Amino acid sequence: MQRRPEAILALEDGALFRGRAFGARGEHCGEVVFTTGMTGYQEVLTDPSYHGQIVIMTCPHIGNYGVNDDDAESARPWVSGFIVREASPVVSNWRATGDLESYLIAHNIVALTEIDTRALVRHIRTRGAMRGIISSDDLDSESLIHKSRASRAMSGADLAREVTCTQVYEWNYGVIASEAKQSPTSELEIASSHKPLLAMTRAFHIVAYDFGIKHNILRMFAERGCRVTIVPATTRAEDVLALKPDGIFLSNGPGDPAAVTYAIEATKKLLGRVPIFGICLGHQILGLALGAKTYKLKFGHRGGNQPVKHLPSGKVEITTHNHGFAVDANSLPNAVEITHVNLNDNCVEGLRHKNLPAFSVQYHPEAAPGPHDARYLFDEFARMMKESK
Amino acid sequence: MLFKDAMLEIGLDVPRSGVASSVEQAIDLADRVTHYPVIVRPSFTLGGSGGGIARDETELRALAERGIKSSPVGTVLIEESVLGWKEYELEVMRDRADNFVVICSIENFDPMGVHTGDSITVAPAQTLSDREYQVLRDHARQVITRVGVETGGSNIQFGVNPRDGRVVIIEMNPRVSRSSALASKATGFPIAKIAAKLAIGYTLDEIRNDITRVTPASFEPTLDYVVVKIPRWDFAKFPGVPQTLDTQMRSVGEAMAIGRTFKEALQKGLRSLEIGADGLNVGATHASPLQTATPHRIFEIADAIRAGEPIEKIAQESAVDPWFLAQMREIVELENELKTHTLETLPKDLLREAKRFGFSDAQIARFVKSDAAQIRARRDAPVYHRVDTCAAEFEAFTPYLYSTYETSDEAAPSEKNKVMILGGGPNRIGQGIEFDYCCVHAAFALRDLGYETIMVNCNPETVSTDYDTSDRLYFEPLTFEDVLNIVERESSRGKLCGVIVQFGGQTPLKLALPLHRAGVPILGTSPDAIDLAEDRERFSALLDQLNIPQPAHGLARSLDDARIIAREIGYPVLVRPSYVLGGRAMAICYSENDLAHFVAEAIIAAPDHPVLIDRYLEDAYEVDVDAIADGTRVVIGGILQHIEEAGVHSGDSAMVLPPYKVSFFHLNTIREYTHALGIALGGRGLMNAQFAIKDDIVYVLEVNPRASRTVPFISKAVGVPLAKIAAQVMAGKSLDDLGLIEEPRVDGFFVKEAVLPFKKFLGADALLGPEMRSTGEVMGHASDFGRAFAKAEMAAGNRLPLAGQVFLSVNDFDKSAILKIARDLNAMGFRLTATRGTAEFIARVNLPVEQINKVRDGSPHIVDAIRAGQIALIINTPLGRDAHSDGKAIRVAATQYDVPLITTLSAAQAAVSGIRALKAKQLKVRSLQEHHSSQK
Repeated sequence: MQRRPEAILALEDGALFRGRAFGARGEHCGEVVFTTGMTGYQEVLTDPSYHGQIVIMTCPHIGNYGVNDDDAESARPWVSGFIVREASPVVSNWRATGDLESYLIAHNIVALTEIDTRALVRHIRTRGAMRGIISSDDLDSESLIHKSRASRAMSGADLAREVTCTQVYEWNYGVIASEAKQSPTSELEIASSHKPLLAMTRAFHIVAYDFGIKHNILRMFAERGCRVTIVPATTRAEDVLALKPDGIFLSNGPGDPAAVTYAIEATKKLLGRVPIFGICLGHQILGLALGAKTYKLKFGHRGGNQPVKHLPSGKVEITTHNHGFAVDANSLPNAVEITHVNLNDNCVEGLRHKNLPAFSVQYHPEAAPGPHDARYLFDEFARMMKESK
Repeated sequence: MLFKDAMLEIGLDVPRSGVASSVEQAIDLADRVTHYPVIVRPSFTLGGSGGGIARDETELRALAERGIKSSPVGTVLIEESVLGWKEYELEVMRDRADNFVVICSIENFDPMGVHTGDSITVAPAQTLSDREYQVLRDHARQVITRVGVETGGSNIQFGVNPRDGRVVIIEMNPRVSRSSALASKATGFPIAKIAAKLAIGYTLDEIRNDITRVTPASFEPTLDYVVVKIPRWDFAKFPGVPQTLDTQMRSVGEAMAIGRTFKEALQKGLRSLEIGADGLNVGATHASPLQTATPHRIFEIADAIRAGEPIEKIAQESAVDPWFLAQMREIVELENELKTHTLETLPKDLLREAKRFGFSDAQIARFVKSDAAQIRARRDAPVYHRVDTCAAEFEAFTPYLYSTYETSDEAAPSEKNKVMILGGGPNRIGQGIEFDYCCVHAAFALRDLGYETIMVNCNPETVSTDYDTSDRLYFEPLTFEDVLNIVERESSRGKLCGVIVQFGGQTPLKLALPLHRAGVPILGTSPDAIDLAEDRERFSALLDQLNIPQPAHGLARSLDDARIIAREIGYPVLVRPSYVLGGRAMAICYSENDLAHFVAEAIIAAPDHPVLIDRYLEDAYEVDVDAIADGTRVVIGGILQHIEEAGVHSGDSAMVLPPYKVSFFHLNTIREYTHALGIALGGRGLMNAQFAIKDDIVYVLEVNPRASRTVPFISKAVGVPLAKIAAQVMAGKSLDDLGLIEEPRVDGFFVKEAVLPFKKFLGADALLGPEMRSTGEVMGHASDFGRAFAKAEMAAGNRLPLAGQVFLSVNDFDKSAILKIARDLNAMGFRLTATRGTAEFIARVNLPVEQINKVRDGSPHIVDAIRAGQIALIINTPLGRDAHSDGKAIRVAATQYDVPLITTLSAAQAAVSGIRALKAKQLKVRSLQEHHSSQK
């Protein structure tokens, strides 16, 4: 049997995990975090919110169904490194267009395999998310620990700037065919193939701030008859208003929300002018713009099985999460109500301004990967835009 | 069809199908709508009983006829074949607030076409991308909502076309099922327990997750390991039935294994099965084509890989997903690498990798031509990971553990005094849930005494593998290697007071001696005493010494030996292998010809052991005794008399407590012998003794120093928890301390009846014999024997008729005795039908009897009459030398057309009592609690 060359993960606290190299060769630093989703590794790799992070998949067999063009959530993978227990030797799926390892190599993603990922996850759970380095070049533990300690910290890092688009563009694509055909989820969602929805009447115009936006969010809007203009993270409020939006969307993204000061300022100016909807980093930015504070979670929420309670209805949604920061419930002004909480740890998962048309969720109603329980939020935003029109 | 319409109505896809209530309609549907091959499913039968695949009209005709007959509503579903598609299941739950969660996704190794109960299944699903998986999840939610399951669990099965991803809904079970038990063990999420809480009005978010303690039940478990379930079959007990798998479920049990990878879980699962494999071994020599699903296909696929067949080709033939095949190829590649080494040259890294691939020490030893102990000495110990529902996101407080070869250990053994209980492994014929009952009671009893209880088992269908039955649960194979690993880990802290091997049937009993030799303390009856009772020669000497009669016997190591012994003791003789349970390969031989055949089979069934040859006591009554011994005292729990005469396996025979036809004198002899044997064996714990009474002599047939199949039955009948008391005795208490000093009195009659699976094994002869074939049992209780018997028959699904035509066909030995039965049946208004011999005999005493043709006499014959529904009851006793061919046709037809069939005279007499009781008075119901409280 052919065996892969050695590779190491070194953590800033000195812990070492020796395994084998997978994907590209080299070394990369990042914040080491884990996700518990059992499917959707390609979506994870390409979610810009993972920029700057080395991601551990807790599910042991990864790569089984290969990769394809439809399941990418952005133009390329963003993770700093990838850790799996066992990489699949073959690809088995009718949609696959390639295998995971070639994909990682093509995008220069250094990965590590054959380590006790559960031991690593328990380490992170107990000690908290921390910096680390994966290397298949330098195998000297002292040197690696030193490098990981010297790498950039997540707190205070404005990473949205690194993943946002450079130019304004429009989005016209619906959900992909295999899903659309089989998954009627709301009356507003119109079945379509992965083709431009040019023929459709565009009921609303959304301007979306791209802090690291996932394609499925854009697809959700398109499915609901929205024209979406995507703008760079640093776009000024005045320039956004000049586009005459019916609604403004604050996207997901990586890094410390408190460091994205320009977007917080822009959001303050936009509040009350047009309906605002935020997801993930966008939710934190809205919270900060409303005067709340954010804090860093010990190891964050990442996965597709998190129970979130929608307080107005009392119903529980199973949701996709990917956040290392959260909005502090105690810091929220009176004008803001908490709409969603996480039942695992009571963390704020959604908020709404009592008087102004603005709401946001910490989790990912667009899923990709994950359950589709929270897609109603896109309908809600459409309703809000309709009412404000 | 309602379900299909409902699915179409909500926009979901289903295989094209239609319902037929006649054979012609079925053929028409196949021609017009579905095309061949078609799947035939009888409506409303458990486990898809009576279904099958028809490739052409002839096959469809046969299947449709049988299916229509076996369906309680007389219809069959004729369905487009999705054979070879990928098969998935989702176990889901919903509460009254419309909260919905998926507990587990399951992917079948065997593609569509094999009943999911007969498929190797894997959790979580392995070859679906998130987009595809979420489509199944959305569908599942739509299905459970549309069907209207307000609260509780459901199982939804999907077929996915591997070429284009087309998804069809196969079926949904709006209840907990075999799969939900599996899903509960696979995830640590107790579906039935939560479903009960949802039913009384809780919502998922109001129920706490026992394992994490801090999170609610309204979430979806996530797995950081792989679970493989492998069915266990007992086809060898049903000669004449083809060993192919289809939509009719025929497995009798299953083993589940947990590993960090599919490879590890698969190999652990295969060695958990106890079918002689210690991993992905070399297959049987009688290889069948890979497109035919069989119980041993997994091994044959491995052989094809070993032979260098490309996995693409194997995938094409077998329709098994290439991903699974690639994993198996990795196992084979490592095996090949191991084979290039000897023990001395075996690198430590390679050994470690082999353990990570799930190889057992014994397998590795074979590859490097060494022995398991040498491998054990050289390798690292495994570590134990926890099943925690959350992939380590939260701390797990429940020690639900599995072994793996990783770097971190979560076993955390305690400082306490502990007792380990070894379970029974996969259910099989002869070793079923009775043993799980005993293990569970032992755990409860020892917990009451203050011990920490540790359960080891690999059967997901059991209560013993619930994480809250014992203090600690190891979901592991019951092999010497795996058990010793746990013993060593648990002994590293606290005190392991001992291991209980008496309660899980033959599986743990076989480990008693090896564990004892490895220095592991065995609680209760000593391994030497176990051997004394199991070793025929030693046991025989003991009986001679105690002056207790036994049937003439001998031990044969060859056919020549067997011939000499049989001649010496005289035919008929009973032939059986040693160390097997459930009468495997046990047979009565009337001649040297029979002998040659059955001795050969017995040698195959247990190759390393001599074959036992006993004088067969014809027409004897058999009696079973369960007792508890504590070293100084032996107390009988109950004495059961078999209703069928000697020659029918005790597991298949109906039994009655108390005995209804044994004299006081003989009962006292039985008590004396039981006592003497219990003391002589030095038993501590349960023992079971079997006796036969013939010509006023009480013979001892065998003594088993372990829990028997009848312990739960007797415990419930007499209201004394025998297994609990025995466990406490094994922990050092005396029967005196526990207040059990005399045989409990029995009020009324308790009848045990066997549940037989012949309907699932069409073509097998339903004649009862020394080889056990029942898969379950029921109990009937009433103040008199007749009604207790009638209740038991009713519960077992044998409807005793109250009127109609009874067919009698008995051999010459039984003819005189059948007269009384015929007279009684006639007096109760039944019409009698018989074939010539029996008819003439009955007519001689002036009873009205109608003569009917034997099958070989030509139509219209008895099988035609059965098929036409004219026969209400069949009494057919072929006990004797021949009468196998015609009798078999009758019995097969009886099974097929669901006509109550009785194959022994004593059972016929019991049935007459039952029918009389049913006609005399309505049956009444009384709870066991009421019954036992009225005794006090």
